[in-house]
Amino acid sequence: MIEIANLGFSYPGARMQALDGITLTIPSGQFCGVVGANGSGKSTLCYALSGFIPHFFRGVYRGHVRIADRLVAERTLADLAGDVGLVFENPFNQITGARLTVAEEIAFGLENLAVPVKEMRRRIQEALALTGLTELADRSPYALSGGQQQRLAVASMIAMKPKVLVLDEPSSQLDPSGTRDLFETLKTLTSNAGLTLILTEHKLDWLAAFADRVIALAAGRVVLDGTPREVLTSPVMLENGIGQTRYTEAAARCRHAGLVKEDGSLPVTLEQAVEALR
Amino acid sequence: MNLHVDHVSFSYASGVRALQDVTLRISSGESVALIGENGAGKTTLAKHLNGLLRPGEGRVLVGDWDTRDCTIARLATRVAYVFQNPDEQLFERTVYTEVAFGPRNLGWTPKDVEAGVQQALAQVGLLHAADHHPYDLQPSQRRLVTLAAALAMNTPLVVLDEPTTGQDAAGVERIGALVEGLKTRGRTLIGISHDLDFCALHFDRLVVVSRGAILAEGPTEAILGQFNLLGRAGVEPPPLVRLADALGLLGAPRSVDGFVELYRQERKPEESDHAHRTR
Repeated sequence: MIEIANLGFSYPGARMQALDGITLTIPSGQFCGVVGANGSGKSTLCYALSGFIPHFFRGVYRGHVRIADRLVAERTLADLAGDVGLVFENPFNQITGARLTVAEEIAFGLENLAVPVKEMRRRIQEALALTGLTELADRSPYALSGGQQQRLAVASMIAMKPKVLVLDEPSSQLDPSGTRDLFETLKTLTSNAGLTLILTEHKLDWLAAFADRVIALAAGRVVLDGTPREVLTSPVMLENGIGQTRYTEAAARCRHAGLVKEDGSLPVTLEQAVEALR
Repeated sequence: MNLHVDHVSFSYASGVRALQDVTLRISSGESVALIGENGAGKTTLAKHLNGLLRPGEGRVLVGDWDTRDCTIARLATRVAYVFQNPDEQLFERTVYTEVAFGPRNLGWTPKDVEAGVQQALAQVGLLHAADHHPYDLQPSQRRLVTLAAALAMNTPLVVLDEPTTGQDAAGVERIGALVEGLKTRGRTLIGISHDLDFCALHFDRLVVVSRGAILAEGPTEAILGQFNLLGRAGVEPPPLVRLADALGLLGAPRSVDGFVELYRQERKPEESDHAHRTR
């Protein structure tokens, strides 16, 4: 379980607080989506959850982040690495550059956790299979496409079997099928392995279909917190420049044009939209 | 300016065969998006358009220039290329000098460089950041810097590799407006994007790339409606097209407006039919 209490953070020299009084409780096994316009604090929240704040990015830090009852600020990054994984927004920033093949790249984190070789091989195979990279195991990480590198970044974290996985826009380079595969894999990991997921994403329709809960940030504060349908159909989304799914937009416009009855909440998924417009 | 990719094949030094006998003609003023799954060869194809890659077999003509006979610097006067990853593109110390780099190298007068840079930065909404270091900006803003750098070059052809990656709703809208601006100025646009919703809105022709070859191409509406074809290329239709299909509407709407119009038209006969029956 993750407990965030009155978390605030400002980067050095910044006038604005990147995070401003965030309080959240995220239970184990929850698939939690985080949305917000650029600059709303999504990535900063990811860093604070994974310990990069305050251990790597210095600044003014207040409040608490607890993972499994232990304060993130009081643990080292190395100690945290076994519990929390962070998949960076840009996979090019995550790949170590110190390994020659995809399989070795996945091994990097496991070696540092001193996982036995036999177990390491098993986990690498599993992570490769889950991310569809098995055929590319012997390729150089730099001979992969953007989307393949992104899947490698996810594979490297999955293999470490963290309790909490934080993903900062993990599908930015993926094609829609790749995005679907990724979300399905993540959903399975939360349901079966009890993994807690915090995932930032601009593609709202994917969160609508997969997340248990969506949190919307604006100017470093939580402005919405609820089920995907509650959050994604709220007018607060538009007020804060976060946008809407095309399903919500299309149904709202059809209602506005008097083509369908104003009946219940707007849809956020294909199934809900079909229901609303049939 | 016309573009002709003529029976091009290409393999990387690693032996990976990335393009296999690709032929594509793009006419002046067209907006064409290359779609297909990761690793299909879209970026490899796009990098042939400005000479970053030269065909192993076949040829690429940019207007009347064969890329095999041109330096990248010369091709840059005709083709601006916005990279998929802004960090591969940015190397100057300020946003201003980054955007000025291309025009300066084209030998523009300082006055023209200044005007071009100011205009390009205004178009992407980054005038206030002219003196910032590109890496002090957010990744999504760095993308806008690369777009400004391409706009400032004033080339007849613009290649945009995944322009909406990492952008929020406002950023996607801004980039959409830039694309529309380029279209009205008669530029030839080649986009690469997984964001099929964005492609549907702003590009009039789609080229489906799969396993290094062109699987199909045609007007955007025609391609978007072919679910089997898109499926074979590992591409999912955009939300509005899926919704129209699930509702049994005949057509592939490219925008919310298009969807509402299609919905209105298809509802009418049903409504009057229903009214008739109840009467």
